[in-house]
Amino acid sequence: MWHIVWSSLPELISAGIKYTIPLAVISFALGLVLALITALIRISQTKGPFLIIKAIFRFYVWLFRSTPLIVQLFIVYFGLPYLIIKGVAPDGIKLEPFTAGIIVFSLNTGAYASETIRAAIESIPKGQWEAAQAIGMTRTQTLFRIIIPQAARVSLPPLSNSFIGLVKDTSLASTITIVEMFEVSQQIAAENYQPLVMYCTVAALYAILCTILSFVQSWLEKITTRYLKPQV
Amino acid sequence: MLRLENVTKTFGTHTVLKEITTNFNDQETTVLVGPSGSGKSTLLRSLNLLERPESGFYDCDGIELDFAKKITKKETLAVRQKTEMVFQDYNLFPHLTVLKNIMEGPVHVLKEDKTSAKKRALELLNKVGLKDKADAYPNQLSGGQAQRVAIARSLAMKPRYILLDEPTSALDPELELEVLKVLLELAKEKQSLVIVTHNLEFARHVADKILFIEDGKIFFAGKKDEFFNSTNARIQEFIHAMTLDNLSNEN
Ligand SMILES: Nc1ncnc2c1ncn2[C@@H]1O[C@H](COP(=O)(O)OP(=O)(O)O)[C@@H](O)[C@H]1O
Ligand SMILES: [Mg+2]
Repeated sequence: MWHIVWSSLPELISAGIKYTIPLAVISFALGLVLALITALIRISQTKGPFLIIKAIFRFYVWLFRSTPLIVQLFIVYFGLPYLIIKGVAPDGIKLEPFTAGIIVFSLNTGAYASETIRAAIESIPKGQWEAAQAIGMTRTQTLFRIIIPQAARVSLPPLSNSFIGLVKDTSLASTITIVEMFEVSQQIAAENYQPLVMYCTVAALYAILCTILSFVQSWLEKITTRYLKPQV
Repeated sequence: MLRLENVTKTFGTHTVLKEITTNFNDQETTVLVGPSGSGKSTLLRSLNLLERPESGFYDCDGIELDFAKKITKKETLAVRQKTEMVFQDYNLFPHLTVLKNIMEGPVHVLKEDKTSAKKRALELLNKVGLKDKADAYPNQLSGGQAQRVAIARSLAMKPRYILLDEPTSALDPELELEVLKVLLELAKEKQSLVIVTHNLEFARHVADKILFIEDGKIFFAGKKDEFFNSTNARIQEFIHAMTLDNLSNEN
């Protein structure tokens, strides 16, 4: 049994390095940027025409949080080719599988993470805003210099969880023909008729990856909470 | 001079400041006293525009505002450079060291260069007796130390007026004393101060002028001695009650 595991490892690991990790890392980075923008727009106090933009972002968050990830992947990869827009996309929108994956995973991460970030920002006491404003900071300065650094610490654990979740969710990319780790394990199992061994092997690889991430998370939490420790 | 004229502030249906007209003199310490909920904090916070009254006029050392009209961002920032606020629960920035807390405003609001801002921050820390805490984080300080850092932070902005809202109410008596000493020192140096406090003994020491506020109105405004020697029944009753409060707090 072990030689089946060993012989499949190079292919699995290479799929992980080529697709699973890039999908997760790129989508998470883009998702975070999107999440921060979304959170800032949703907490902004501007009125008037800006309210429409706010509503659009609220709709976006609602949409991605209330539909299954796999359905989102199917719509973007299999569905959009049938979306014909005169002048813009006369032959439908056809995306590379990897591009479609990045788009969906980023948007999905952005929707969830924006709620995390918004909650973190709102958890910072009102006194912090007042103290910053009292020394003459603008709202933007207050946000970026006082509120967000504190909110980042608050949102680190839930965001780490989102990232770990995303690593596992990239296995759904196999359904849109991306040959990431899980897809490779399925292909090998179809050849060697060892589904139990193959799926356990790939499960172990995901587990190792996620465990490493948990360690990174604890380390980050330790350094970002240093300032909270009272002196002994 | 800070001057308010007919200033009214309402929260919902509750009018908290009722046509307040008064002024706060330069190089003097004005102490605001009055029962809880009488509007002292609201009045103080209005001076820094943390509260926005809906009507009345405010002359902030030459910056003239009409509360009934829109106040621009520029005016708001100008007022906040003349006045600094010290809060009851300090509101230090927990993610920054003590030194960075003090440098934050000078560097990022006044755009001073870092070297001179740091030099001045250290001088101010020395002044409040906390030079050795420059690299500590706020969570590593006692309440009295934190409040002294907050005072240093406000001084770093070189404000004309420092507004303090019950700066020692959260402190144990011996820590309170550290803070009161710093404030007395500032008053002696003729820094203009406006202080809300329940500590009448401190008021007796530090005040030039007393404002007694009750139910959103100024019941008394005048020299410290006039207040403490007043024969007005309401004032006597208030002073008496506060002194008894102090006694029962100590038990
Ligand atoms: N943000 C607010 N919203 C509603 N009511 C408030 C608010 N701030 C203060 N008040 C009310 O205004 C009154 C005066 O409050 P405050 O100025 O804090 O009094 P003081 O500082 O003299 O105790 C109180 O009745 C208080 O409940
Ligand atoms: Mg108060």
